[in-house]
Amino acid sequence: MRAYLSYFKLRFITHLQYRAAAWAGIATQVFFGFVYIMVYIAFYESGSASLPMELPQLITYIWLNQALLSLVNLFYKDQELFSLVKTGNIVYELARPKNLYFMWYFKIIGERLSKVVLRAIPFIIFLIFLPEPYKISLPASTGHFILFLSTMTAGTLLMTSIIALYPIITMHTLNEKGVVGIIISISDIFSGLVVPIPFFPKFLQTISKCMPFQYVSDLPFRIYVGNIGIEQGIEGLLIQLIWIIILMLLGYILMQKSLKKVVVQGG
Amino acid sequence: MSYIEVNHITKSFKVAKKKSGLKESFKSFFKRDYKIVEAVKDISFSIEKGEIVGYIGPNGAGKSTTIKILSGILTPDSGKCKVGKHTPWQDRKEYVKKIGVVFGQRSQLWWDIPAEDTFDLLKDIYDIPEERYLKTKEELVEKLNLKDIINVPVRQLSLGQRMRCEIAASLLHEPEILFLDEPTIGLDAISKQLVRDFIKRINKEKKTTIILTTHDMSDIDALAKRIILIGKGQVLYDGSLQKLKNNYANKKYISVNTKDAINIRTKGVLKKEKTKYGYSFIIDSKQLNISEFLNIISKKVQIEDVEIDNENLDNMIVNLYEDLKI
Ligand SMILES: Nc1ncnc2c1ncn2[C@@H]1O[C@H](COP(=O)(O)OP(=O)(O)OP(=O)(O)O)[C@@H](O)[C@H]1O
Ligand SMILES: [Mg+2]
Repeated sequence: MRAYLSYFKLRFITHLQYRAAAWAGIATQVFFGFVYIMVYIAFYESGSASLPMELPQLITYIWLNQALLSLVNLFYKDQELFSLVKTGNIVYELARPKNLYFMWYFKIIGERLSKVVLRAIPFIIFLIFLPEPYKISLPASTGHFILFLSTMTAGTLLMTSIIALYPIITMHTLNEKGVVGIIISISDIFSGLVVPIPFFPKFLQTISKCMPFQYVSDLPFRIYVGNIGIEQGIEGLLIQLIWIIILMLLGYILMQKSLKKVVVQGG
Repeated sequence: MSYIEVNHITKSFKVAKKKSGLKESFKSFFKRDYKIVEAVKDISFSIEKGEIVGYIGPNGAGKSTTIKILSGILTPDSGKCKVGKHTPWQDRKEYVKKIGVVFGQRSQLWWDIPAEDTFDLLKDIYDIPEERYLKTKEELVEKLNLKDIINVPVRQLSLGQRMRCEIAASLLHEPEILFLDEPTIGLDAISKQLVRDFIKRINKEKKTTIILTTHDMSDIDALAKRIILIGKGQVLYDGSLQKLKNNYANKKYISVNTKDAINIRTKGVLKKEKTKYGYSFIIDSKQLNISEFLNIISKKVQIEDVEIDNENLDNMIVNLYEDLKI
């Protein structure tokens, strides 16, 4: 375990060095936050039929989404892991007496968390000083907040289990575009990052429930704003845990398989 | 039973044939042609504990592939291999604790942080006890002269500095066997010397078994008594370097500085070439001994200067590759 934590720590520390990238990230996320919010405000003002979320709830959802983007976006490809596979530098990882799946798992979490931590303080200050109607609201209740923290933590593990699959699949296909590309497109839509799940038509919501993606961020964010009740939230947490187990098992097995017939690129 | 036993190892790669051109690309979208590259064909050898073996051969001969199989990274298609009591690719996790690998063309150090941070990580990966780790690290820092470079982000190091750190990183857990795949690639003369001396030293002090691939014959000359030569995936020679040298030792390179023209057709002169200051000859000293040769030409022309060289190892290897048609 200690070795895996060291991986986490080192990845975390390394990426804390990238301050400039963090500022650029904040700027883009603030920009996208505003764009989304303005589009939705216009949409709400046009006063169409019954909407599944109140406007302040939706605005808070969007800001959470932008602030925690590194923990919830599923279109992230860990360039370091991909280049390990594609250039053959993976030889060194294969020559270590530790499990490669967990090494990668902890590397990913380390990097993802460092991104959020670096951006957290400026982002929080920014959110506090936002004027109406762009303001972020407080959690629906203490209970909701605790459940938000739990599902957010589980969501982070779930996110890691999903994006850890990309480089593993690439070990088979040697090309990150094909299969991985398809998973990324699907996950992007069904994570609720573009449009929150409640806005989906009923049949798409049903399909979405059968996939792990909405449990990464849509669930915790909707718990925070009170769009999902405590009871339903706890149910969601259980589903998250089941998905984490399934996907980690899948990743682990796929990795074991790859190791048996891995072809290291280059001499 | 030797320490390392390799028996009839074979490994081939399946490579997709990529054809150029739009039409061919389109076709290959539906149907791929594959080509089988046999990287290693039926290789066998055995190595004793504490040996240094030079594993040589031309580009694409299968050296790196063999090293990867021996270090448990690749699984061969067929054949057996035992190192101590392990089969490398089967007991990978246990086995790799006992070996160290350096791939000269790749890096195990984290690019953005000092090498020492990677060392600390390796300490945890290999579960090295604190005291032991500090002692080994200190030793390596001293012997490889790393004091001023392990605290600098790796991306700021020169190739030679980085390679020394890479070698140290591979030895922190005090492996019994060390696989070195082109460890001196791109190093200047001083760094090369330092690395060679170091390799010799750990082999002597710790009885580390070392398998080394390189294209620099002076590495082999300095380090390995025994060489295994492979070409096109097969072992072509396995034996002492000296014996191989003796086969070629009768070849002498003689350059003669003179302003006059030389005509010589004696048996034993293998090659004659005009140079800037005179001529250079290659002679076979078994057929024509050197003093005889000099005698002949000194009678004909005014010699200003003579230089006599033995066949150097690089040329020897070129000739050998040519003789073996690899
Ligand atoms: N991942 C791979 N996919 C396809 N072919 C490969 C792969 N790795 C090696 N080969 C092929 O196997 C053969 C042996 O390669 P290897 O890297 O072992 O050579 P080498 O002796 O180390 O050469 P060099 O001196 O150039 O490093 C080559 O023909 C190479 O093209
Ligand atoms: Mg090679």
